[in-house]
Amino acid sequence: MNAHIELFLQQVLNGLTIGMIYALIALGYTMVYGVLQLINFAHGEIFMVGAHLALLMIWVLTSFFAGVPFWLVILGVFLFAMAGASFLGAAIEKTAYKPLRGSPKLTALITSIGVSFFLQNAVMLLCGSREKTVPEVVPNLRFGLGAVSFSLVQLIIFLTSLGLMFFLTWFVKSTSLGRAMRATAENPEAALLMGISVNRVIRVTFMLGSALGAVAGALFAMYYGSINFHDGYLAGIKAFTAAVFGGIGSIPGAMLGGILLGLFEGLAAGYISSEWKDAFAFLLLGAVLIFKPSGLFGENLPEKV
Amino acid sequence: MLELNHVYTRYEKVECLKGITFRVHEGEMVALLGANGAGKTTVLKTISGLVRPTAGEIFFRGKSIALLSAEEIVRLGIVHVPEGRKIFQKLDVLENLELGAFVRNDPGETAKDLEQIFALFPVLEKRLKQKAGTLSGGEQQMLAIGRGLMSGPSVLLLDEPSLGLAPILVSAIFKMIEEIHRRGKTILLVEQNARRALKIAKRAYVIETGQIVLEGSADEIRNNPAVQEAYLGGRERR
Ligand SMILES: Nc1ncnc2c1ncn2[C@@H]1O[C@H](COP(=O)(O)OP(=O)(O)OP(=O)(O)O)[C@@H](O)[C@H]1O
Ligand SMILES: [Mg+2]
Repeated sequence: MNAHIELFLQQVLNGLTIGMIYALIALGYTMVYGVLQLINFAHGEIFMVGAHLALLMIWVLTSFFAGVPFWLVILGVFLFAMAGASFLGAAIEKTAYKPLRGSPKLTALITSIGVSFFLQNAVMLLCGSREKTVPEVVPNLRFGLGAVSFSLVQLIIFLTSLGLMFFLTWFVKSTSLGRAMRATAENPEAALLMGISVNRVIRVTFMLGSALGAVAGALFAMYYGSINFHDGYLAGIKAFTAAVFGGIGSIPGAMLGGILLGLFEGLAAGYISSEWKDAFAFLLLGAVLIFKPSGLFGENLPEKV
Repeated sequence: MLELNHVYTRYEKVECLKGITFRVHEGEMVALLGANGAGKTTVLKTISGLVRPTAGEIFFRGKSIALLSAEEIVRLGIVHVPEGRKIFQKLDVLENLELGAFVRNDPGETAKDLEQIFALFPVLEKRLKQKAGTLSGGEQQMLAIGRGLMSGPSVLLLDEPSLGLAPILVSAIFKMIEEIHRRGKTILLVEQNARRALKIAKRAYVIETGQIVLEGSADEIRNNPAVQEAYLGGRERR
């Protein structure tokens, strides 16, 4: 194979991998925005907490249950991180945001930044500020031909993310609660008149978004092999960019926005410079906000923040 | 069946309802008339639990409902079809109807109600998979009423169902409301089209700046000189 094509394909694969993770996080931003018109800046920290919960579970499972097949370990890690993060998401919603319903959007936005600092500092105090190595749970296998290849971890990232995106799409489209979610997003007062408990819908939205963010955190931990208490910041901002790029409030938009952002980043890392790939995300955010603030799938303009 | 006793409601500091008292008996159709801003919508919102009364009592079948949530009130069998339809535009017609039945878990009865609604509004059945936002104004009103009926209510609170409709559709909607009433629903009808409302309702109340100023049978209200002047005379379209 031609070396140019090899480099291109390799960067596409790597970009798609991180894009899947962005997409999972972006879903949490977009879902909460959909029902509350709130940009929950603490969501990046949910991802970070998810990564730490995953590390904790990996330690426990590899120390006390050595010999368990790796896919069972991964499953346990996902479930633990999802459960912990959705509980945390619901708790944050209840204590920090619910009392502010009906007050100006800016109040809740600033609160979310406060929650974000709180979570970062809490994790730093609990787990320390050093970079923590994640034990290798997934066998170090690579597939591919020639110079283009992908690892088993990457394959797991693809399959898990796509699976969760299909599940979420089905849930929102076809279940009664999913319908109630779309109704609440469009018109909360009319939703109340249907007997929909809008409070419950909001809680479920936070829990779902947090669970997806936690899986993203677990995948991130396994992919990069080390995590830190401030990992939520950059990942959160990039996923937020992805959500705005896709059209905030739109679920397919967040998925596509995340995947495309990862793709652009992979290509920028390959062809421009890997040090500049982070700046690239901000460039994209700026460009979207200037030229098409409603994003790829957005129908209505987000409120200015 | 539905009874309001000296109900007060305020938005922030503005008192909107100042001691509203009225009742609607089982199987009755009662009209609530009044000018713009009189407080008609607020009365319905207070009954359906969207806003809380600051004082007074609301009884449904003898049970106090003033402090119940909107969800609990729908479950009891009171449904509020809001002013301006408020259908879910991005959802399709069937999804809107299914949301109407959100609180129910009697699939058999729900399916029967859906058939009844199709019989009443055949156009909805033809548009099941169409986004509700693409329906015409009249169709949207039918959907809003159909969605309300899907909760299997015993009382319907209708807020200006004829608002913004072409005259021919206004007649059609009033016919349908009469038909729904004939099939056994108790109805509280808020209307600015007093002439039409008084034709199909048995009794009526007139509200002015948050207070009931007049009540009586539809005939009495229609022949009241003050009503003729304020709600029937000047606005009459022959
Ligand atoms: N959310 C609100 N906040 C503050 N004031 C309100 C609110 N909703 C209604 N009002 C005020 O309460 C009064 C009664 O309003 P309401 O909507 O009940 O009138 P209405 O009789 O339904 O009028 P219309 O015929 O125009 O629909 C009005 O003066 C209105 O400005
Ligand atoms: Mg009104």
